[in-house]
Amino acid sequence: MKIELGEWPVSGNGVELGSDVELAIEARGLVKRFDGFTAVDGVDLSVPKGSIFGILGPNGAGKTTTLRILLGIIDPDEGFRRVLGSEQPMQVARRIGYLPEERGLYPAMKAYEAIAFLASLRGVPLKEGRRKGRELLEEHGLGYAADRQIRQMSKGMAQQVQLLGTLVHEPDLVVFDEPFSGLDALNQGKLERMIRALAERGTTVIFSTHVIAHAERLCDRIAIIAGGKVPFAGPVDVARDRLRPQVRLETRQHDGPWRAAIPADARHEGAFWYFTLPETGIEPLLRALIEGDAGILSLSIERAGLHDAFVAIAGEAAARALEESAGEPR
Amino acid sequence: MIAMPEKLRAALVIARRDFVAVIFSKTFIFFLIGPLFPVLVGGMAGNIGNKVQQNADRPTIGVAMAGADADRLLAARAELNGRLAGQFPELVVLKRVAPGQSFDARVALANDKQRVTAVVGGTLDAPTLTGPTERVRQWVGLVSNMAAHARSSSAMTYPDVAVTEVNTSVAKVRSTQAYVAQGSQVVLFLLTMLLAGMVLSNLVEEKGNKIIEVLAAAIPLDAMFMGKLFAMLGVSLVGIAVWGSVGGLLILIGGQGLPAMTAPAVGWPLFALLGFLYFTMAYLLMGSLFLSIGGMASTVREVQTLSMPVSMFQLMVFFFASYALSSPGTWVEWASLIFPVSSPYAMLARAAQEPEIWPHLVALAWQVLWVVLIVRAGASLFRRTVMKSGPSRPNPAGLLVRLIWRRQGEAY
Repeated sequence: MKIELGEWPVSGNGVELGSDVELAIEARGLVKRFDGFTAVDGVDLSVPKGSIFGILGPNGAGKTTTLRILLGIIDPDEGFRRVLGSEQPMQVARRIGYLPEERGLYPAMKAYEAIAFLASLRGVPLKEGRRKGRELLEEHGLGYAADRQIRQMSKGMAQQVQLLGTLVHEPDLVVFDEPFSGLDALNQGKLERMIRALAERGTTVIFSTHVIAHAERLCDRIAIIAGGKVPFAGPVDVARDRLRPQVRLETRQHDGPWRAAIPADARHEGAFWYFTLPETGIEPLLRALIEGDAGILSLSIERAGLHDAFVAIAGEAAARALEESAGEPR
Repeated sequence: MIAMPEKLRAALVIARRDFVAVIFSKTFIFFLIGPLFPVLVGGMAGNIGNKVQQNADRPTIGVAMAGADADRLLAARAELNGRLAGQFPELVVLKRVAPGQSFDARVALANDKQRVTAVVGGTLDAPTLTGPTERVRQWVGLVSNMAAHARSSSAMTYPDVAVTEVNTSVAKVRSTQAYVAQGSQVVLFLLTMLLAGMVLSNLVEEKGNKIIEVLAAAIPLDAMFMGKLFAMLGVSLVGIAVWGSVGGLLILIGGQGLPAMTAPAVGWPLFALLGFLYFTMAYLLMGSLFLSIGGMASTVREVQTLSMPVSMFQLMVFFFASYALSSPGTWVEWASLIFPVSSPYAMLARAAQEPEIWPHLVALAWQVLWVVLIVRAGASLFRRTVMKSGPSRPNPAGLLVRLIWRRQGEAY
């Protein structure tokens, strides 16, 4: 099913989906408290089937707890979740793949055995899992290491083995918790391509991240999470549209009647004027500039980036925390 | 709810992984030869004990009486020796005391050359016995008996007793079965004590490897707990099979058969089967408890600190079941039969003494129920306390460990 991004009506904290959209994940009012601390506070999520969905937020925002609730690792104190049509995620565990933030395998296992073990957890017979394990390792250029123990592998190689183990049973839904952390730029690119390929073949991918660039490049929809709440959930474009576009103007004349068309809070730096595009749009502004003989040397209208949108939606503090998270060694 | 076959399948996946990982590890050989050490130490200690025993002086009573009295006393001892139960101490004449002469027994007892344990003095009509309290109390009746025998004017005749030997009697059967009950409890306890503690550290590997979250997302936690228990039970049974086979082989090589023993009330084959089943249940009950406790621990150090109180708990359960064995028909026996973790010990002892089968079926069902309940409770606790992110308080096991360390006056 093709999802028309622009057709969803805006309401509440984000964008509601049309009633004809099939959902892989639906969550309403999820609440989880730990020892009096509310980690997740009324989270609503709707993840369409076949989409790439990002959960964006700083460390400690409640991303991992939300994912754990969706996977059935923990139960919510309040609220409702439905994953692949089941309110008990464990009942559909065979159709789900999960790569947690803290990756790990049994060090004594050989690579193909590790993949077979992860497959057998999801219901694949061991013999078939072993065969598939070897095949996948070959496909991804790791065939030479199939019989190597995990403890004899580099961290990056072991992570790739675990990633293959996450996907070996061809799940309908793949959940990644901070999948890009600990990967070098080359492997981050590989993972991005893999996520796109999964979505192309109809697999729903949901991942958490604190790196805005990944979410901006990959996601159809995002949920911004801060302090356990979701102030926005919807398409990336809609998030960016929460901010008016920014105008950068350079004129030959420094003054004249055209100045009245420029907002009063515009900044003047060097030869340039910077201001938010007025709600009346670009045409009245252009007309005023031309008729006022401003002598336009350059004019650019830039759509807000996801980072600016994040700041606008979640607030300065959350944005700062997000930047700090991204800078932390993981 | 997840269907039972799915849970069982998941449990077997975990069990297979853990079983293979343990059996094919290099350290498994140490596990197999582990029981050899106490056998060796026991053997050595026994040898040393025997030598010490052989070197020790046999208990001797010194006699300090008038010459005739001393001789008659020695003759009485020779006559009575072998006709009364128990070992007779040696009699040695220290001094034939002349009329009017005195003898200081205390000096004789202090004399290192004479090395007597007690001294009989006085006359046959009024003997005296001097010695350490416990020896004096032990021998006073014997000395009185010998003196009475010695002063008797007529020689005693001892009629021959016609003996008819039978294989057994009800009283002997009951008493032997009580020994079987006690012995089986000890064996069951030793095996459980040796083996169930292993599961305490079973989840530390998964937590250390960070694989716990993958497992928790893929299969129900109680299935994971069950799988771990099955695996370690399998490992234990392999160990028991190896130790049993080696023991049997050594007996065969030594050319000795097993001594004939009175059969337990349910018969040997059924007793062996029940022994296997009750070991399984004792293992699963203790193991599920330990797995739940160990699951809370985050580090090997925490597990090590927990192992002592856990061993104490096992000992208490064993003592409780043993005490109940000595109090048949009382509420203590019923309590030990009903209390889940002592139930296997108490029921195995019962199998040695009572022939009814149905109580065992009830008890096994009861114990299975408790294994399931403990596993579910443990998995639920694990999910609530371990599988969470964000700020948290220390886990219960961590708190216990901190308490122990603080008690020892050591900075945690």
